[in-house]
Amino acid sequence: MTTTIAQPAIRRVEVGTSKVADETASTAAGIKITAEHVWVKYNGKAAVRDVTVEIRERSILALIGPSGSGKSTFLRCFNRMNDLIPGASVEGDVCLDGENVQDQGVSAVELRRRVGMVFQRPNPFPMSIYENVAYGPRRRGMGDKARLDDLVETSLKRAALWDEVKDDFRKKSGLALSGGQQQRLCIARVLATDPEVILMDEPASALDPVSTLRIEELMRELREQYTIVIVTHNMQQAARVSDITAFFTMGEDRAGYLVEVGATGRMFTNPTERLTEDYISGRFG
Amino acid sequence: MNAGTHSGRSDGGSLRGSSRAQLADTAATVTMWAIGGLVLLILGLIIVHFAIASLDVMSIGFLTGDTSESAVGGVFPIIWNSVYLLLFSLLLSLGILAGIYMSEYAARNRLTETIRFAEEAISSVPSIVVGMFGLILFVDTVHLPFCMLAGVLALTIFNLPLMTRLAEQALQAVPQSERQASLALGATKWQTIRHVVVPLGIPGLITGVILTAGRVFGEAAVLLFTAGQSVSTNLDFTNFNITDAASPYSPFRQGASLAVYVWDLNSNSINPYAHQIANGVAMVLIAIVLIFNLGARGLGRVLTRKLTAA
Repeated sequence: MTTTIAQPAIRRVEVGTSKVADETASTAAGIKITAEHVWVKYNGKAAVRDVTVEIRERSILALIGPSGSGKSTFLRCFNRMNDLIPGASVEGDVCLDGENVQDQGVSAVELRRRVGMVFQRPNPFPMSIYENVAYGPRRRGMGDKARLDDLVETSLKRAALWDEVKDDFRKKSGLALSGGQQQRLCIARVLATDPEVILMDEPASALDPVSTLRIEELMRELREQYTIVIVTHNMQQAARVSDITAFFTMGEDRAGYLVEVGATGRMFTNPTERLTEDYISGRFG
Repeated sequence: MNAGTHSGRSDGGSLRGSSRAQLADTAATVTMWAIGGLVLLILGLIIVHFAIASLDVMSIGFLTGDTSESAVGGVFPIIWNSVYLLLFSLLLSLGILAGIYMSEYAARNRLTETIRFAEEAISSVPSIVVGMFGLILFVDTVHLPFCMLAGVLALTIFNLPLMTRLAEQALQAVPQSERQASLALGATKWQTIRHVVVPLGIPGLITGVILTAGRVFGEAAVLLFTAGQSVSTNLDFTNFNITDAASPYSPFRQGASLAVYVWDLNSNSINPYAHQIANGVAMVLIAIVLIFNLGARGLGRVLTRKLTAA
């Protein structure tokens, strides 16, 4: 689906300089996440090389780039999912609200409650829809039935799934839903844990076009409250939903690195780097 | 669809499948059906054979009576011994905890690979050898009498490692994506194990329990030398003193299991009805094993439902 230059996203106003700092300064919202000189290595071999990027609160950052450019690996630094991979190590600073998430004292469990994640393949638990959504809150010790009921309903509504499941969500298995519904269930499940940041690793790549659009609409709505980072292969998707786009590619050392980051509108119309232009115009990748 | 419809290019774009590919497909299907059918047939034959052969002795009295009641007698004490051994060895399920450790916590290194190898090696030692070892260790060295406890301990030698290994495999079969989903939602590792990994692994864990604890029923060689061949009679079920070797609840009591009794009847017995009794005991053994398997699977379904709700 890599076609020519994508349409600039809807309601884009700011087009301009290449420096993220300028772009972020132009808005009132503060910086939610900063990554400074971040390296990820597998058994000493670099997979992500020296990435520095800032993410504004209540914005959507899209990470685009060819396979192997380290987008997903980089994304996983924000909720320390790389901890789970034997041999993986992260260097540099990843800060959430100014606090370095790599610090010894920081609990990955606590971090993941604030930074939720939606995976590429919808992965609901083989439980009822209700139990899927209640999973996170229950693990935090929420046992009160009325509160859980409330939270499950609110989360399903916010994830735009409520209308489709309200009659049988207590009994129906999460696995009995369609792919697109399953992914919205996974989003509802994350929302129920009341996160501040939501990471999405190619959330629509396993879905049909209609389901994909629904997820994108949902992301635009969620942006009002949450900071979102999305990895996507689909450049139109990045153009449609994101405020800022970061383009990654793979170097000759096979390590992924950040080529360019900027306002999405500018990145897709007037990129600074030749590599970015080649990629978005479909000449490479 | 089948492979044939895609490989028809060689005969000029016709949609008729290549006959070789189709033949191979058919042959493989038929072979696998045949083998599957054979397995069912064998099981069916065994059940039917012993069901008919046991008609000579089968009665309510045979199931509830004492061995000494008549020439044929009953087998209730033997059934009791077997069930007692089985329940006792369900403690083997502790191997599940070791399996959880091996699957979820232990690092993949030389040491744990050696442990895995040892687990499999021990469980494939011939049971007569394990029986001799149990005799030397628990009876001759620790000076336990021939008793249930010695029998269960000897069974544990090769069943516990097997249970651990099977439990580990059952948990490894739970998709990594489920663990990731749970952890990414801010669940701790233990919560993930308790609420996702173990519930999803239950079918495999139940299979492990059936294979290991169920082995207790079939095992004769190990128990011959450790639990003894005594055909207990006149069990006094009001005697709750478990230190008294005469109490049916005592782990220090000697007693033959169903499988040991079958062996005893076929090799040592002077009872003129020994052969008929053996057929009856075999039928009882088969029935109990089937009930145990089905019961364990039913329990597994209930457990999965319980653990994944609430």
